[in-house]
Amino acid sequence: MELVGSLLQAALRMATPLIYAAIGETYNERAGLLNLGIEGLMLIGALTAYTIAFFYQSILLGVLGAAVVAGLFGLLFAFATVTLKANQVIIGTALNLIGLGMTSYVHRMLFNTLAGSAGNVQVLPTLRVPVLKDIPIIGPALFEQNLLVYLALLLTPIAGFVLYKTSLGLALRAVGEHPKATATAGLSVTRLRYGAMVFAAMMAGIGGAYLPVAHANTFVENMVAGRGFIALAIVVFSRWNPVNVLWASLLFGFTFALQFRLQIVNLRVAYQFLQILPYVVTLLAMVVLRGQTAQPKALAVPYTEQV
Amino acid sequence: MLKILKIGTSWQNLWQSEEFRSDVRHELWRNIVVPVLAIIFALGVGALILSATGYNVVKAYGALWQGVFGSKVNVGEAFLRSTPLILIGTGIALAFRCGFWNIGAEGQFYAGAAAGTYVALTFANLPPWAGIPIALLVGFFTGAIWGALAGLLKVKFCLNEVVTTIMLNYIAIGLVGYLVTGPMQEAMRENPQTDEIVRSFVIGRIFPTSRVHYGFIIAVVVAIIATIVLFRTPLGYSMRAVGYNPDAAKHAGINVASSMATAAFLSGGTAGLAGAIEVLGVTGRLFENLSPGYGFEGIAVSLLVNNHPLATIVSGLLFGALGAGSQVMQLNAKVPAVLTFIIQGLIIAFIISFRYLDKNPSGK
Repeated sequence: MELVGSLLQAALRMATPLIYAAIGETYNERAGLLNLGIEGLMLIGALTAYTIAFFYQSILLGVLGAAVVAGLFGLLFAFATVTLKANQVIIGTALNLIGLGMTSYVHRMLFNTLAGSAGNVQVLPTLRVPVLKDIPIIGPALFEQNLLVYLALLLTPIAGFVLYKTSLGLALRAVGEHPKATATAGLSVTRLRYGAMVFAAMMAGIGGAYLPVAHANTFVENMVAGRGFIALAIVVFSRWNPVNVLWASLLFGFTFALQFRLQIVNLRVAYQFLQILPYVVTLLAMVVLRGQTAQPKALAVPYTEQV
Repeated sequence: MLKILKIGTSWQNLWQSEEFRSDVRHELWRNIVVPVLAIIFALGVGALILSATGYNVVKAYGALWQGVFGSKVNVGEAFLRSTPLILIGTGIALAFRCGFWNIGAEGQFYAGAAAGTYVALTFANLPPWAGIPIALLVGFFTGAIWGALAGLLKVKFCLNEVVTTIMLNYIAIGLVGYLVTGPMQEAMRENPQTDEIVRSFVIGRIFPTSRVHYGFIIAVVVAIIATIVLFRTPLGYSMRAVGYNPDAAKHAGINVASSMATAAFLSGGTAGLAGAIEVLGVTGRLFENLSPGYGFEGIAVSLLVNNHPLATIVSGLLFGALGAGSQVMQLNAKVPAVLTFIIQGLIIAFIISFRYLDKNPSGK
């Protein structure tokens, strides 16, 4: 019982950075933009948060800084893909290269270290809800977490509500399906897509920031380790629905948590298979659910105004 | 393609036609001026970063230059590093020309590397003239199947290849991790790696003083073959037509699904071949982290030359030189080698932006 409870708790912790990044990317793709550079943005967020937390001893400021800096890179991405109409796959690839190179370079310069960690920062404290945290199995997972985990749990229903029940959400969905019709209705395709991209980048930045300030308490080069690409898969797996993002992220978080356990007990073979399991499941789910595709029709298609 | 290749008319007549001259200007701009400008701008930004972080730019870039041209060994290292990049870049060029966004070269590389290693370890007593070609072919086909899988998922089930190839990357890398800790692990069972392949399977070196091996020649030949296929065969014509406009290609009677699956197959094949060559020519065994990201660097190699397979020889050499030179730069000028990632990313970003100017000459 206790083991299942702590496993669930760990699963949600591991899922949290994925939730932020995938929620952001869901909005982005709903608006018709495909960002392959989440990995790079998460790295930028991770280093920003670590640096601020290291020099100013403020985790909160670090997370906010990560959102702002990643958001600025999102603005650049939007400029290249929306205004210059550059191919989104290409710009995303460039963003990953720049993100990896720049964070590694700046980290070595600022902290005068070769690749390794320069030192620890404080981690976000665990906020325990009395009584409720003692509920068996789900207690520790839901009521014994840090602030960013609670916010991620709140974020998914809010993101779902905004997307499906507000006029802003309607506009976002419309611009990813029929940008021309949206423009005809008097909305600015450019402004909506810029907004979605900057929001997505800020979320990726927060997801990246989570790693040094709530997970590893330090920065290591390339520490995002593929989570940005996993977030992309989660978006597809959740069929572009922010509420489903929670479940899909939990699936990945759960296999991560289980991997750590198995690694400790030295079951290497099982560990390797567990490592690839979520990717196989995602592929199979994509095949099974293919008939009812929810992919936005204008995904990755630049919009050109006809005059 | 320049018009001279299509119509048999004299140079003089051609040069008098305004259309031809604008065509030449356009090709020059697109294929020479833009890449060169992008490299200069990227190195310029790199210089800004260097001086902002307290380095002597001349010293740092001098060390980079020395790292590439300083000695025969260094030049060889650049060629060595360019070999997988040319092969992967060539495959990416074929796929991207067909509109198949293959992000999965990394996984296809590992698939080919594992298969090539398996052949070399299992059939260790084959003579080199038979063993090496067989191992390379098996590597090619395994990578090709890994690529074609994403191709089939796209044409049969309409699954976005960007996502499926990323999934297949992780699956391939995970499987290699399993192989080198399980069934294919070395006899000693100490490290997560296979045994070393026997001497008869090692691809020979071209020069005694350098590590560069005959795999580089193979890469160049593959790039030439791919160019001929792409621009001089019906298959290549179909692939380019599909990439240009799939709907129009379909109306013109081209089998879009089979063109795309073929592009995915060939693209995976060259990446798989690169993986097998890396084991047989450089590392001698299979292990995790065999690739320092060749699969992603190959995308940049192809994009730099507008997805032209023949020109990936040039861009592959450039990126190979940057990669090899930056290691020396790190050693001698203490500049982190990761600077090259920034420069590579910037090169892509600048190229894309300059091409935009090309489409809108008036700047509108």
